[in-house]
Amino acid sequence: MVQAVIFIVLAAILIGSALGVISARNPVHSALFLVLAFVTSAGLWILLEAEFLALVLVLVYVGAVMVLFLFVVMMLDIDTTTMRQGFVRYAPLGVVVAAVVVVEIGYVVWTRKLGVTFGTPVTHAAKYSNTRALGDVIYTTYAYPFELAAVILLVGIVAAIALTLRRRPGTRSQNPAKQVRVSAKHGRIRLVKMPSGRSRGGEAP
Amino acid sequence: MTITLFDFLALSGVLFAIGMAGVFLNRKNLILLLMCIELMLLAANSNFIAFSRYLNDPAGQVFVFFILTVAAAEAAIGLAILVVLFRNRHSINVEELDSMKG
Repeated sequence: MVQAVIFIVLAAILIGSALGVISARNPVHSALFLVLAFVTSAGLWILLEAEFLALVLVLVYVGAVMVLFLFVVMMLDIDTTTMRQGFVRYAPLGVVVAAVVVVEIGYVVWTRKLGVTFGTPVTHAAKYSNTRALGDVIYTTYAYPFELAAVILLVGIVAAIALTLRRRPGTRSQNPAKQVRVSAKHGRIRLVKMPSGRSRGGEAP
Repeated sequence: MTITLFDFLALSGVLFAIGMAGVFLNRKNLILLLMCIELMLLAANSNFIAFSRYLNDPAGQVFVFFILTVAAAEAAIGLAILVVLFRNRHSINVEELDSMKG
């Protein structure tokens, strides 16, 4: 009963924030509504006893991806008024497509029952750890895909840096490799032998 | 009253439809298109987790784990492309991106 109430409240917040994402005038507001949607989904995932993934969703999505989104939205100087042109014109089409999708999914789910019988989910013991259960599977059965996921992240790093890195002509910058390679002998220090000058009045120190 | 799998599936379906409608409504703003794609990915992930719970199979959660990885890389590369695009064109309006005459 308590779970049903929690589900209904979280579902309502999730739907509302999703509607906010697509209808907010300001892209910053859209991003913040998306953050709310992710946090609410994390609550629903905890209700489904997927605690590890719920926390990963908050950490990775809210903490990293959405901050990146907000950063880009605020960095780019976007003219939001021209972006909103055509919103009303395309609204009926969007609503129709969304309604068709909902009806299709509902039809499949409710009439066919997916050909599987779903009992009540297993209630786990108090000692049950979702993280341990997930790790048991990831590091044994799915060890190879796990390493491929690491490669995908590496590709993401390299691609993002390679795309956005640029060398602007005319700017002054340091060359660390050159700085490290410098030595006193044949580098920047030049020792010059010259006779010492005579001090004016009194003794030289 | 207990929550069934179908409640979660219906919620995910509505969420997916909202994300899809968002692609139609905000078809000029590239960054909002990316956000709508994230919304649809979230709906798919919720489906995986709900099935994993009601079929008592942790493989569904492993799949969500990989989807999160790929989606994070996709968001990073997508935003990098967006930044480069804005640097070159001073606009992220989808309708102005017609240099390939598609």
